[in-house]
Amino acid sequence: MEFGFTTAAYVVAAVLFILALGGLSGQESAKRAIWYGIVGMAIAVLATLIGPGHGLWLASLVLIAGGAAIGYQLATRVQMTQMPELVAIMHSLVGLAAVFVGFNAHFTIGGVEAAHAAGTAVEGVFASLVAHKTPVEITILQIELVLGVWIGAVTFTGSVIAYGKLAGKVDSVAKKLPGGHMLNAGAAALSAIFAIWYFSGGGLVALILLTILALFIGYHLIMGIGGADMPVVVSMLNSYSGWAAAAIGFSLGNDLLITVGALVGSSGAILSYIMCKAMNRSFVSVILGGFGGTAGPQQAVEGEMIAIEAEGVAASLNEADSVIIVPGYGMAVAQAQQSVAELVRKLRAAGKEVRFGIHPVAGRLPGHMNVLLAEAKVPYDIVLEMDEINDDFPSTDVAIIIGSNDIVNPAAQDDPNSPIAGMPVLEVWKAKQVFVSKRGQGTGYSGIENPLFFKDNTRMFYGDAKASLDKLLPLID
Amino acid sequence: MKIGTPKEVLAGEARVAMTPDSALQLQKLGYDCAIQAGAGLAAGFTDAAYAAAGVTVVKTAPALWKEADIIAKVRPPTEAELKRLSKGKTLVSFFYPGQNEKLLEAAKGTGANVIAMDMVPRISRAQKMDALSSMANIAGYRAVIEAGNNFGRFFTGQVTAAGKVPPAKVLVIGAGVAGLAAIGTSTSLGAITYAFDVRPEVAEQIESMGAEFVFLDFEETGQNSAATGGYAAPSSPEFREKQLEKFRELAPEIDIVIATALIPGRDAPVLWTKDMVEAMKPGSVIVDLAAERGGNCELTKPDEKIVTDNGVTIVGYTDFPSRMATQSSTLYATNVRHMMTDLTPGKDGTVNHNMEDDVIRGATVTHEGEITFPPPPPKVAAIAAAPKKEKPKELTPAEKKAAELAAFQAQTRSQVTLLTVGGGLILLAGLFAPASFMQHFIVFVLSVFVGFQVIWNVSHSLHTPLMAITNAISSIIILGALMQIGSSSTLVMILAALSVFMAAINIFGGFLVTRRMLAMFQKS
Repeated sequence: MEFGFTTAAYVVAAVLFILALGGLSGQESAKRAIWYGIVGMAIAVLATLIGPGHGLWLASLVLIAGGAAIGYQLATRVQMTQMPELVAIMHSLVGLAAVFVGFNAHFTIGGVEAAHAAGTAVEGVFASLVAHKTPVEITILQIELVLGVWIGAVTFTGSVIAYGKLAGKVDSVAKKLPGGHMLNAGAAALSAIFAIWYFSGGGLVALILLTILALFIGYHLIMGIGGADMPVVVSMLNSYSGWAAAAIGFSLGNDLLITVGALVGSSGAILSYIMCKAMNRSFVSVILGGFGGTAGPQQAVEGEMIAIEAEGVAASLNEADSVIIVPGYGMAVAQAQQSVAELVRKLRAAGKEVRFGIHPVAGRLPGHMNVLLAEAKVPYDIVLEMDEINDDFPSTDVAIIIGSNDIVNPAAQDDPNSPIAGMPVLEVWKAKQVFVSKRGQGTGYSGIENPLFFKDNTRMFYGDAKASLDKLLPLID
Repeated sequence: MKIGTPKEVLAGEARVAMTPDSALQLQKLGYDCAIQAGAGLAAGFTDAAYAAAGVTVVKTAPALWKEADIIAKVRPPTEAELKRLSKGKTLVSFFYPGQNEKLLEAAKGTGANVIAMDMVPRISRAQKMDALSSMANIAGYRAVIEAGNNFGRFFTGQVTAAGKVPPAKVLVIGAGVAGLAAIGTSTSLGAITYAFDVRPEVAEQIESMGAEFVFLDFEETGQNSAATGGYAAPSSPEFREKQLEKFRELAPEIDIVIATALIPGRDAPVLWTKDMVEAMKPGSVIVDLAAERGGNCELTKPDEKIVTDNGVTIVGYTDFPSRMATQSSTLYATNVRHMMTDLTPGKDGTVNHNMEDDVIRGATVTHEGEITFPPPPPKVAAIAAAPKKEKPKELTPAEKKAAELAAFQAQTRSQVTLLTVGGGLILLAGLFAPASFMQHFIVFVLSVFVGFQVIWNVSHSLHTPLMAITNAISSIIILGALMQIGSSSTLVMILAALSVFMAAINIFGGFLVTRRMLAMFQKS
C-alpha cells in the first residue's frame, strides 16, 4: 500500500513545525508561529487518519476528543507559577506513549513472525510493513524499538519525579539510594545486557525487564537532582521525550516522527546547554547531582546584615531615578508577580526608569520569570537578559532582589574557592543601593553564604515577598 | 538669642539676609528674629510680611545692632557697622577675608565672632550653605537674560512666514556654577551653546547641560581641579596661547559671550582680548561676570554697559544677584538659615560655635578676638582625586588582523574535524546498515541540524513557551499509535488507544498553554 498523499502532508507538517519553532525568535512573530504548529499537527493527524491509520476511525476520534477535553482543562486552569509542573507531567505522557508504541511494535513483530510460520496473511498497515523486512532490518527495528522504549521509560519516571519535586509532593532535596551513581551505572550496564539478550531472541521477558530497569534509572537519576538544577532537568527531559519519539519513528519507518523527534530533542539539548552555561557547570556534573568539590576554604564573610522596614525602602524608591528588579524563584513561590508589576506601574508612572534583570537559570524552568512577568502584564521590552543589563548597574540608583540568591552572589566573581566560582551573576552590588526581599537569613540552594547581604549598600527587607511588597506599595507616591 | 538683619547700606544693594520664610525656620531653632524697618522692601518683602511671620520690626539700624546677638547680612560690613559689634556677638555675612585684611583686623578688634559665608568649604555636607554657589547660579541665569535684553535677535532659530531666523550662538567661558547655569538658561532659550573650561573633567557636565564642549588640541590639559577644591588654577602660558587662538577662531561667529572665568584669590584672567571684540559682528553682546575682578574681557568697564565702536555691547555689571533680589534673598536667607542650623545643634536658640566642625571652622574668620583665617585644610577632601584611568591596550591593526585570522583558523580546524569525524561515522554505519535505514537516517541527521540552527535563534525570554510547544509537537508520537490502533491483536489495540489518548491530552494542552503564555507578552 502506498500513501503518496500522506507523505506529502507530512512534508507540509514538518515545514510548519520548523516555522513554528523558528518563529519563537521574537514575541510578536511567536504569536503567529503557534498557529503554524497547530495547523501542522492537524494536517499530520488528519493525513494519518485518512491514510495508514484508517483502521478504527471512530475510536481514534473519540479518544482524541477525550484527550482534547482534558488537555483544554489543564491548559486553561494552570497557574503560571505552576508551568514547570505542567511541562514536566506532559513530558511523562510522551514518555509513556513512546513505551506503549514500542511494545506494540514488538508485539507486531511477533504477530508477523507467527503469521509467516502459519502461512497466513497479516493485517494492519504497520504489520504489512514489517512483513516486507529482511532479517537484518528486523534486527535494526529491534534496536530502534529498544532505544525508544528505554528512553521513553526513563523520561516517564523522570518526569513524574520532576513533577513531584516541582509541585512540592516529593522532597526537592537531592536524595540518592546507597550506591549512588554506581547504581545508575550498574542499571545502565544491565539494561545493555538485557538489550543484547532481547536481540538474540529474549522475547517479551527481556523487553519488560529492560523497561523496569529504565524506569528505575529515570526515578533514581531525577531523585538525585533538585532545587536550582531543576531547569536543567526539565529541559533534559524535554530533550529525551524528543529522542524517544525519533527512535520510535525509526522503528515505525515514519519520517515525520523522526523529524519532529529530532527537532524537539535538539531543542531540549540546547536549552540544557544554555542552562548549564549560565551556571558555569558541566552537563555531567548537573546530571550527577550536587556541586563539585571546592579547591579550598571559602572566604569568610565580614560585616552584618542590616534589616530595613518598608518605609525606608519606599523613601529610597521615591528618590531613585533608575531601578532594576532581579526576580528569582522566591517571587514565584510567594506568587508576588502581580505585586511586583503593580510596583513597576507606580514607579514608571512617577517617571522612573524601571527594568528587570533576568538570569538564565532564575526560577525552575528556562524563561520562567519572563512568563510570570508577562502574566502580570509587565511589558516585555523592559525585561532584559543578564548580558544586556549587567553593565548598567553602576549607573542605577536602586536594585531590588526579590527571592533570588545564588544568581546575585558576588562570591562567584571574588572568591575563587567558592563552589559557584566562575558562574555568571548579575552584578547588583554595583548599584548605589540594594534591597533584598527575603524570607529569612538562610542560604540559597547551593548552601553558601552570599556576601551581597553583608555589603554596606545592601539592606535586608525580610518577609514573604508578596506581603513585603503589599506593605511597600501604598508608601510609593 | 536674637538674630537681627539690618538694611544693607551699600548703594544699590537690594538683597536682604532674612526672609519671612527663613525667619519662621529660625524661630523653630529657638531664635527670636528682628529686622530693620524697610530692609526687605527692595527684595519685595514688606515689613508687614515680616511682622506676620513673627519678626520684630526695629526702626533704626543702631537699635537693631544693639538688640541682636547674631547679625545676618549680605554684604561685608562697613567700618561704621563693625564699630557696632562687640564681644559675644556673631556676624554672618559675606566677608572676602583674603581681600579685606584691614576689615579683618578691625573685626578682630571688636572681639566678635565673624562667619564669612564666602568661606564655607566646598564639601558635600556644606552645599546647603554654599552661598557663593547660590549667588553664582543666579548670576549665570541673569547674565543670559541681560545678554538677551541687549541682543537684537531671537535666541532660538525659527522659520516663519516672514523669513528664516538663524539661532544665536552663545559661548560660555568657564563652566563653574555660574557658567553651568548660563549654559542651562541659554540652551533652554534655544541658542546653540558652546562652552569652554580649563578643567577637562567638566566636559561631561557641560555636555549634560546641552552645550558643546570646545576642545583644545593640547597635550598638557591635565588640570585636575580636585587639588584646588573644585576651582580652576592658573594655566601655563602655552596653554593660554592655545586657548586664545581657539577663541580668536570662534570670535567672528559668536553672537553672545558669557565670561565667568575666575581663579580664587587672583585677578580675573583676560581671555577675550580687544582684537576678538573687534572681530565680532555688530550687535553682539559680551556679558562679563568677572567684571568685579577686572573682567575676562579686555574692554570691560566694571558696573557699566558700554558699546564699542564696532557695535558690540559689553555688560560689566557686578550686581547680577542684586538685580534679582527676591530670588537671591530667598536663596541667601536659606543658606544663612542652614548655617544657623549647624551652629545650633541643640535647637535651643543658643549658638554652639564648635571650632572642631570642618564647616564652621572653615567659615569662621575671627573667633573670640583671634583671627582664624586662613583655616587649616578640611579633614575631608572636597572632591576625591580622580583615580588614574588605565587605558585599555590598543591593538595595532596588524595584531587585530592576526588575532582574527587565528580565531578563524581555529574555528575552521574544529569544524573540519567535526565534519570529518561525523562523516566518517555515518559512512561506517552505511557500510553495515541496510539502505532503508540509511534513508531514515538522512532525515534524522538533517532534522537535528535544522533543529540546532532554528533553536539558537529563540529569544531567551521565550524559553518556557518553547518548552511547551516542543512538548505539544513531541506528541507527534500519536501518529505511531494511530497506525497501530487498527491491529488485529487486542493488546496492541488497547495500548495504542491509551497512547492516542495521552498524546491527545498533550497536543491540546501544550498548544493551548503556549498560546495562553504568548498572548501575555505585551509591549509597553
